[in-house]
Amino acid sequence: MSATVATPRRSPPANQAPAPGDLRLLLSGNHAVSYGAMRARPEVVPIYPITPQTPIAEKISDLQLAGDFDVDLMTAESEHSAMSACITASLTGVRVFTATASQGLFLMHEMLHYASGARAPIVMVNVNRTIGSPWGFWPDQTDSLAQRDTGWIQYYTENGQESLDTVIQAFKVAEEVLLPAMVVHEAFYVSHALEPVTVPSQERVDAYLPRFDPPHKLDTEIGESWGNVVNQDMFYRHRKDLGAAMNQVLEASVRADADYKDAMGRGYGILEKYRTEDADMLIVAFGAMVGSARVAVDMLRAAGKAVGLLKIKLFRPFPVEAVRAAVAGVPRLVVMERNFSPGGGGVLHQELKAALYGMPDPPAVHGYLAGVGGVNVSPKKIVELAEKALTDEPVPDSVWQR
Amino acid sequence: MHTYELDEQKVFNSGHNACPGCGEALAVRYVLNTMGPNTIGVIPPSCIAIISGPQPYSSMRIPVYQTTLEASAASAAGISRALKRQGKHDVNVLALAGDGGTYDIGFQALSGAAERNEDMVYVCLDNEGYMNTGAQKSSSTPYLAVTSSTPGGKPSDKKDIAEIMAAHRIPYVATATVGYPDDLARKVAKARDMKGMRFIVVLTPCLDGWGVADDGAVRVSRLAVDTGFFPLYEVEDGERYTINHGPKGIPVERYLEQQKRYRHLDEDQVKEIQAGVDHRWSLLQARVESMAGQARIR
Repeated sequence: MSATVATPRRSPPANQAPAPGDLRLLLSGNHAVSYGAMRARPEVVPIYPITPQTPIAEKISDLQLAGDFDVDLMTAESEHSAMSACITASLTGVRVFTATASQGLFLMHEMLHYASGARAPIVMVNVNRTIGSPWGFWPDQTDSLAQRDTGWIQYYTENGQESLDTVIQAFKVAEEVLLPAMVVHEAFYVSHALEPVTVPSQERVDAYLPRFDPPHKLDTEIGESWGNVVNQDMFYRHRKDLGAAMNQVLEASVRADADYKDAMGRGYGILEKYRTEDADMLIVAFGAMVGSARVAVDMLRAAGKAVGLLKIKLFRPFPVEAVRAAVAGVPRLVVMERNFSPGGGGVLHQELKAALYGMPDPPAVHGYLAGVGGVNVSPKKIVELAEKALTDEPVPDSVWQR
Repeated sequence: MHTYELDEQKVFNSGHNACPGCGEALAVRYVLNTMGPNTIGVIPPSCIAIISGPQPYSSMRIPVYQTTLEASAASAAGISRALKRQGKHDVNVLALAGDGGTYDIGFQALSGAAERNEDMVYVCLDNEGYMNTGAQKSSSTPYLAVTSSTPGGKPSDKKDIAEIMAAHRIPYVATATVGYPDDLARKVAKARDMKGMRFIVVLTPCLDGWGVADDGAVRVSRLAVDTGFFPLYEVEDGERYTINHGPKGIPVERYLEQQKRYRHLDEDQVKEIQAGVDHRWSLLQARVESMAGQARIR
């Protein structure tokens, strides 16, 4: 399985002693999220259960019952209501967390736009799952990618440790730029895979993440309102402000990650280059497939093939300049993804081509639809596809691979 | 001529965008001026959103969050819970939604909030249709009433939202209308001073949607009660019923004839509506009697 071969370089070895106050626990990706949320100290968590998100909600409930997590857990009657309550709790001036997946994310869609429009810095974890119909429960990032125009920051993580750390970082960025942030990891490969995870101490997280104290809020002493009908000019300015805030996310994310690395010893960047030196080709991937691709790159390098890996972590805003810098001088890229947009092809493939358009001496770009529907894409399979991409002529459309 | 003593705090202001003579604007005045300034409002798309005013204006001297049509109760719950976490236990949260946003698309969120006994006052300003979008039918539109989406008259009954909410066993449910302003204001004050989920449905005649004369809102509102079409009552904890104003022996025809939406009715249809009104009134009385003297069990 992709993520279980994952990432010895990311997490410290299991026998390494954690820093004073930190916990070293064997956690699923979802339970790691719950611990990350606990350390961020949200005041209100409106949430609704959906497979494969449920272990996040269950662990938060257990931590609350045990007295470890002082939080108001609102068991909403739908994801739509959960997100509606997230927005207003945030606008009233408290930190808010929630989690969902797939159909639940789709039911929230209207309120996702409402949240970013209201500049509510909610942090939500989405556990990627195939979208109906027909029903399926498999890893596939199409659910969150379909929300790329909603004005939410999007981070894609590859294991539980990264998800935990990114939840905490996401609050820092979201509350700085006043935009909601989605931390996304995939069903089962990440959500249910057990790995040793370091949970940083509350003191260290408190030192990293200050109290949430927004400049504007729903408060009878202040008297400000939100949501009234605006005229065209106001709407125009509002959308431009939203764009300006999104633009700040790139720098804010780099800084939040660097500060986190200083404080906790772990950092990820907004993208990652792995063995890209003198590469003839880079594999471009995000989410759980990155772990397998990293192993595949080691195999290819061992066989004398100059292939590297570009991991996209920050997807919204799409880090155009950073991606261009990372691929400059590389003759060829191959995107490997599960995300099929009917009539459009692979979603990351589209995004990458758009980002590179107009770049001097751009690389040729292959788009491979591999593992659609959650079908396993092993390191061996990635090696095979990479070797094919090294010799095939790229075509504009994404190509299905099995 | 009736005179009323109302203890009003100046929260709702003149200069708002309601139609002249609007029954709903009158209801908003009594509701807001009774709730007082220590209140945060939640308003979905509705006539109330128009009355509240376009950015940067507001007719209401309180913070107002305008939410989506189906989300009023969930949005109010988010505010209410955040206020508790901030230690602000004395701030009122008031949802002001129309009947479409309550009976129809907002019903799931409302039922969920009621089940969780969220701490809010939810007021449904019921003008019996989607009046803000041109008078289409909602599930609150009464039997045989003409709307722009039921031009031949609505074939099904009005949903009984007060009984549905009472069945959630929430602390307080009441019906009210603008023709009985002292009763309305008293109920809002009573709800304001309680905790948990409180629900008031206020019948607010829509001059345009119902086809009522510009000076007719209050008259029609009173006739709705006095003919037994819309009895005024309260239910505490889902079982303690109090009837405040019921039918006074006036035939329902006197209520119907004030409204163009019923102008198409023939004699038999008027009789059918009268029979329905009589039947529902007897059911309500039977419910009151069957609940009388019941011990409170939660």
